[in-house]
Parts: sequence; structure tokens; C-alpha cells
Amino acid sequence: MKAMTSLMAVILLILLVMLGAGAANLKYFFGVIFPYAAIVLFLVGIVLRVLKWAGSPVPFRIPTTGGQQNSLPWIKQNKLDNPHNLIGVLGRMALEIFLFRSLFRNTKTELKNGPRLAYGSSKWLWLGGLAFHYSFLVIFIRHFKYFAEPVPFFIPIMQNLDGLLQIGLPLLYMTDIIILLSVSYLFFRRVVSPQLRYFSLAADYFPLLLILTISISGILMRYFYKVDIVAVKKLGTGLLSFNPILPEGIGLLFYVHLFMVSVLIAYFPFSKLVHMAGVFMSPTRNLANNNRMRRHINPWNPDVKVHTYEEYEDEFRDVMKDAGMPLDKE
Amino acid sequence: MSDKLQKPEQLVQIDFAPSKKDWMDPKVEIRKGTFNWAAIPKSTKYLDLPNVRKWQPTDDDWQLPDNWKEIILEGFRDRLKRFRSLKIFMDICVRCGACADKCHFFIGSGDPKNMPVVRAELLRSIYRNDFTTAGKILGSIAGGRKLTKDVIREWFLYFYQCTECRRCSVFCPYGIDTAEITMIGRELLNLLGLDIDWISTPAANCFRTGNHLGIQPHGFQDSVDFAIDDIEDNTGVRVDAPVNKKGAEILFVVPSADYFADPHYYGFMGYLTLFHEIGLDYTFSSFASEGGNFGLFHSNEMMKRLNVKIYSEAKRLGVKWIIGGECGHMWRVLHQYMDTMNGPADFLEAPVSPITGTKFENAKSTKMVHICEFTADLIKHGKIKLDPSRNDKWKVTYHDSCNPARAMGLLDEPRYILNKTCNHFYEMPENTIREQTFCCGSGSGIGTDENMEMRMRGGFPRANAVQYVKDKHGVNMLSCVCAIDKATLPPLMEYWVPGTEVCAVHELVGNALIMTGEKDRDNDLRGEPWAGEEDTADV
Repeated sequence: MKAMTSLMAVILLILLVMLGAGAANLKYFFGVIFPYAAIVLFLVGIVLRVLKWAGSPVPFRIPTTGGQQNSLPWIKQNKLDNPHNLIGVLGRMALEIFLFRSLFRNTKTELKNGPRLAYGSSKWLWLGGLAFHYSFLVIFIRHFKYFAEPVPFFIPIMQNLDGLLQIGLPLLYMTDIIILLSVSYLFFRRVVSPQLRYFSLAADYFPLLLILTISISGILMRYFYKVDIVAVKKLGTGLLSFNPILPEGIGLLFYVHLFMVSVLIAYFPFSKLVHMAGVFMSPTRNLANNNRMRRHINPWNPDVKVHTYEEYEDEFRDVMKDAGMPLDKE
Repeated sequence: MSDKLQKPEQLVQIDFAPSKKDWMDPKVEIRKGTFNWAAIPKSTKYLDLPNVRKWQPTDDDWQLPDNWKEIILEGFRDRLKRFRSLKIFMDICVRCGACADKCHFFIGSGDPKNMPVVRAELLRSIYRNDFTTAGKILGSIAGGRKLTKDVIREWFLYFYQCTECRRCSVFCPYGIDTAEITMIGRELLNLLGLDIDWISTPAANCFRTGNHLGIQPHGFQDSVDFAIDDIEDNTGVRVDAPVNKKGAEILFVVPSADYFADPHYYGFMGYLTLFHEIGLDYTFSSFASEGGNFGLFHSNEMMKRLNVKIYSEAKRLGVKWIIGGECGHMWRVLHQYMDTMNGPADFLEAPVSPITGTKFENAKSTKMVHICEFTADLIKHGKIKLDPSRNDKWKVTYHDSCNPARAMGLLDEPRYILNKTCNHFYEMPENTIREQTFCCGSGSGIGTDENMEMRMRGGFPRANAVQYVKDKHGVNMLSCVCAIDKATLPPLMEYWVPGTEVCAVHELVGNALIMTGEKDRDNDLRGEPWAGEEDTADV
């Protein structure tokens, strides 16, 4: 049901751009105005979101410790999963951000006869997630060639590596295949698994379908319905230099591609996609477990009503005396 | 209640297929065996908590204040301002589901709302609806839900079916910590006076007498004296265990169950024999007679109120530093909260072991050392004589308690001690120990009799791992360093893995410890004979 809602939303968006850029010929809107607006929304939205998070303090130092603490010198500390200083934290965060360290631990719990619980290795989600994020990143960087003249030196290198399989003409990019496979996997696992289906929201299917549409339209343009690259590059460099021009001869498919990218960019700060920024600020990961070494300050440390020893002794003085216990006041 | 508990073979028929009902439907059944009784008015009144009244979760009308909705939304807004954790955890979950089958309550019950992701969504859906633009416009399409009384009932059920164990947080790619969600969820519930008795009554006792059980000073003194007598009967050595002694070097703080409950008590005897043997200059405090802190399960303010006595007693008694006994959540408070809340402890000195000279650098600000850190250091320096064969009748495994494991990383210190005090030590499977350890299922204040079914379900993964080493190695002793474990693992073992005993790590230390001037000891600290003939024969 929620997957259908998202699918409908994506179809509506496609229809919107086809009618708008095609039938209504609002090409300037879809090719120039909306992309700019999306980028403004993205930048302002992300900055505001991060400022909003940063505006709330971290009252307590609450790292989740994933290994042996730093204690006695002869006990080997797990410096990356339970860091006690900045270097360790940077290492832990780097592992988390570049390699999805925590997700790598994932297991699948199964209840077998006996009864016996078995915890099998389950790296598919980790692999799918990693494959998706990295192929997206490579494709994103590859697209600089449509915006920059001269083309940055690393892009041809990247393209060569990506086309290493030497299949077809134009050369098949591995990342194109990987992104299709990984996004499809991430989508279908939500549909197939009853548990995932149970808690998945429309907001979980929507970005996947959006990215799938973007990938497919891109792939169609590269391999099947060739787009006028020169014209697209004119648009791209124009946009980047704030000197937008709208060249003739760009097909509708391109507008679908660009519009969906713009929607993704605009949607980003208002959705779960902000995990990209949030992961850096997660207090269970980005703090050192040096709690007993360095005092952490809570800016709103509350005044609370306490019960003092004096009140305690006043209440129990007689029984304490009878039991021969030392007293502060006789 | 417990007589109606199903048999293990029935309870284990768990259906993991989620219900057809959309999770956004908040209607829940408050069923016996799966919830905790409400706090009695006497306790909530003593603690000056809001909406004091007599009520039960089974009532149709929970007698919420008229402006309950305002209270919740205002409380939510206030906590979003005060806790970055909450704000971030509300925004960044992608519902990847990695946490889903990591929760012992989900594994043991199959209830989809016990998947950590859904537990957090119970709160997140209200956040989206009332605090985000998308939710205000799109409502349920954006994952928002209206705040109704049914949502409050649902929160009450599920925030007390979480033991704040943080296992899910280990697997979350963004470190989202359900303990944090549950703690804040409970704070919100408590604003409406929806406290449970097994949290508020111990907290009230603790506020007044210094310990959860409400033991008064002379009762505490009696307990210590009993232990001294029992140790003398057992070892022939009369130990000294000062209470409220000014000018001692070290204050020793333990959870109150250590001197009042079984099998904690044998571990308590273990501490006393050890401290006597090394000639430690220490004192108990009858007011700081509880390191445990049920305030942690109530609200950060309550935690602070109960914790303050530790530093204030250290100051009053003029000690140099503090040692803390075996307890799980107590150590979460001491390690992650105490210094921030009630520090700085600038009147104390950075801890140095008077026996070995070791500086506990890792505790130089808080000035509090875990007993396992202290004992491991003693053993490493050869300061005590141990005869591990005295523990030969036990095939021992070790249960990492949630908080020392995942909020501290105290993993190898107790293992080092166990390896030096027992000849037969076996680890449970790797997905069930250390940072991946499974909760006893009864932590965070929900270890009540009325909640027995849920406890047995939640403890099932732990028990199943014990069963594994029992079958494989004949394990008959489950050691641990947590007072709640020691109270709740025995019934759990009796239910799932009969014939498995539970003990403190320091009980095994006390058994193995060769004391100067001890008599020919023929009993362990439990007063039971050492290993029988056939047991020793195969060593």
C-alpha cells in the first residue's frame, strides 16, 4: 500500500514533467528555474537542519561501546570500536562512514527446532547499501563532465576504471549496473520481507523509486536513445556559471532525468536522507569513551531536590545510636 | 500470575509473521504477564511526582490530567531542545531493519512492535505529526500519527517492554540508541503520572534510606555483621568491614541486593574476604548503601537525585577515592552520568591502588573504579594467592551485563579474573557475548512477578545460549557482574535451563582466595562442600 503510494507519486512526477516540458513547453522552468530552486532548497534546508541539531546540546556522553575499554595497561583495548581519544573516534567514524562498520556486524536470527537460536552471517544489506552509496557517488562525480570545461583530470581516469569491463559501445559502466541492482535490491527487500513491509513508510520507498527512475532515464540516454551531449553540456556549464542558456534539441527523456534529480535534491533535507549529515553527529558514535577520565559538562544540569545525610541522620539517629554506628551529631 | 505462565515448549512457539494490522493503529491489549503494576501513591507522593493517584494499567480510565496532551507535547518539545540525541534519532532513521531481530523482546515474542525500529517509530510518528512541516501537511503519508490516549497506552506497554540494553544500537549504522528513546519515552509518561511501582517505590526507598530495599542504617549494619560471622564460620578468619568510618582511604559502594539477596550475598562475602586479605583501608556508607539507581529508569532528574549521595558521602567520610561493586545499570550511571551530574569530584584524589601502586588513569576524573578492574590488577601483580581448583565443581560461563558491556566496555577484566579463579571456563557463542551480549530480559525496572511472561520471553536468547554451552561443555554456573542479573537469571534458568546456578564473579574469587590464617576450609562460600570426589577425579 505504502509502496503503491510512492509509486503513484513517482508516476505523477514523471507525467508532470512530460506534460510540462513536453506538451506545455515549459522547458525553461524545468531546465533552469526548478534545478536552481532545488539547489537553493537543498543548501538552505541542510544548513538549517544541521543548525537545528547543533542547537540542542549533548547533555551526557553516551557512546555505545563496541569492544574492550581502555582500562589497565595490560588489557588490550579495542581502539576503534571503543575509542578513548580523538584519534580513535576519527577512526571509528571513518569506518562507520566509509565502510558502514556497524551494519557489517549484521546477523540474521533464526529460531530452529530444539529450540535453538542461530545467528547467521547476513552481509547482504551491508553489501547492497555500500554498493548503492559508492556507485551513486561515482556516478555523481562522473557527471561533473557535463558542468565543467575543461573536464577535470580525474574524470577520464574514473571513466576508464568504471568501464574496465570493455563491453559494448558506448562502454558499459559497471556503476550503472551496480546502482540498478543495488537499488532494486533495497526496494524489493522491503516489499518481500513481511517485517520490513510492516514498518516501511511511503518515505522509504519513494527515494528508492526516485533514484531508480533517475538511473533508468540516465542509462536510456547513454546507451539507447542518445541525447545531444553537446547541448546538455551547454545547459550544464551555463547553470554552473550562473549564465543559464537553454539549447535546442534536448529530448524529453533528459527533462525527466533532470527533473527527478531536482526533486531528489529538493526532497533531501526534509526526509530521512538527512542521515548523510546526521551520522556525523550521532552521540553514540562520535564521542570518546573517556567518561571517567574527563568530565563532560551538561549545560542545563538541573537543580534537583535531594535528600541529605543530615536529614537521613536526623530521621535515623536513634536506631543508629543503638546499633553503635558513628554519628555526626550526638 | 506466574502459575498461569505457559510451559517453555508452548512459549517458544513464536510467530514472527507481523500482524495484518497497520502499526500505526495504537490499540493494544494490556494482558497479564506482559506489563507492570502502577506506582503506589505513597511512593510518587514522597518523590513529589505529578498526578499522584491510585490507578492500574488494567483500568479503562487512567485518570490522566485534563491537559495531558499539552503536557506531552510541551515535554516533547522541551526534550528536543535539551537532547541532541533525541532530535537526531527522530530525524535520521532510514528503517533499514538491521535492528529488528537484535532485540531480545522481539526474538522472544515475535511482536512486531518490539522491533527497535518500530519502538522508536511509536515516538517518531508523533514527532512527525506535531513537530515537522511535512507531517503537519501530509499526516499519515509522511508517517505521522495523531496523539491520542491509545498512543499513551501503547507507549506505556512498549516503553516498559524495553530494557534499555542498547544491543540494537551496536548494529545501527547511525548509532540510534533505543535506550535513549525509551528513557525519553518514559520521562514523558512520567509527566502524566504513569510510573510503574517497581521503579518508583525503590526510587522512593533509595531517596529516603539510601538503598532501594528501604533498609535502615541499623539493618545495613546487621547485614554486614552477618556476613562477617558467615565468613568466620566458613574460613575461620574474622574480617573487618567498617561502616561510616571517617578517614578511610576508600569508600566502597555496592548494590543493596549484594548484602540482602541470594546469590549476590556470596559475592558480597567474596569482596569482604578479598579486602581483608589485602588489608584494604576502606569503609561502607550506610547512606550510600546503594550504587544501583532506579532513577535511571525513571528520568535523568531522578537519577541525579539518587546519585548525589555517593559523592556527598565520599566527601563527608573524607575518603580519597571510591570502588564500586558488581552491578550493571549502576555502572552506566557511574561511568556515563555521575561526574557530569554531580561532579566535579575535586575533593577526591585520582585512584591509586594502595596494594599495587597502579594508577587507574581511566578513572582519574570520576575517581571511581570498578571492582573487577581493581581485582584484575591485584591478580596480575600476584598480590593474592588463588586456588582455582576450589571452584572445580563449577563449569563456568560468563554473562556480560548490558551496561558494563555496551556503555563502558568492561569485557576482559572479569574474564581475566574468571580464568585465574576457575579451571573450567567456557564462552557462550560469540553473537551472544561481549558487546553483542543478550539482556537477562528483566533489566531497567521491569523484573517484576506480574511481568513474568515477558521476562521469560525477553530472557530466552540469553537462556538459549546458556543451553548451548550446557549441552556442549556441561556448564552449570552462569557468572555475572550485575545485581539485576543475579536476581532475575535464577528464575530464567529454572524456566529454560534447569540445573544452572548463577553467581557473582567475586563469589568465585572468594572461593579461590587462600586467606592468611584460614582454617582447613571444607566448604565454599555457600556453605557447600568443595567439588565431590568424582568431580576432582577427572581434573
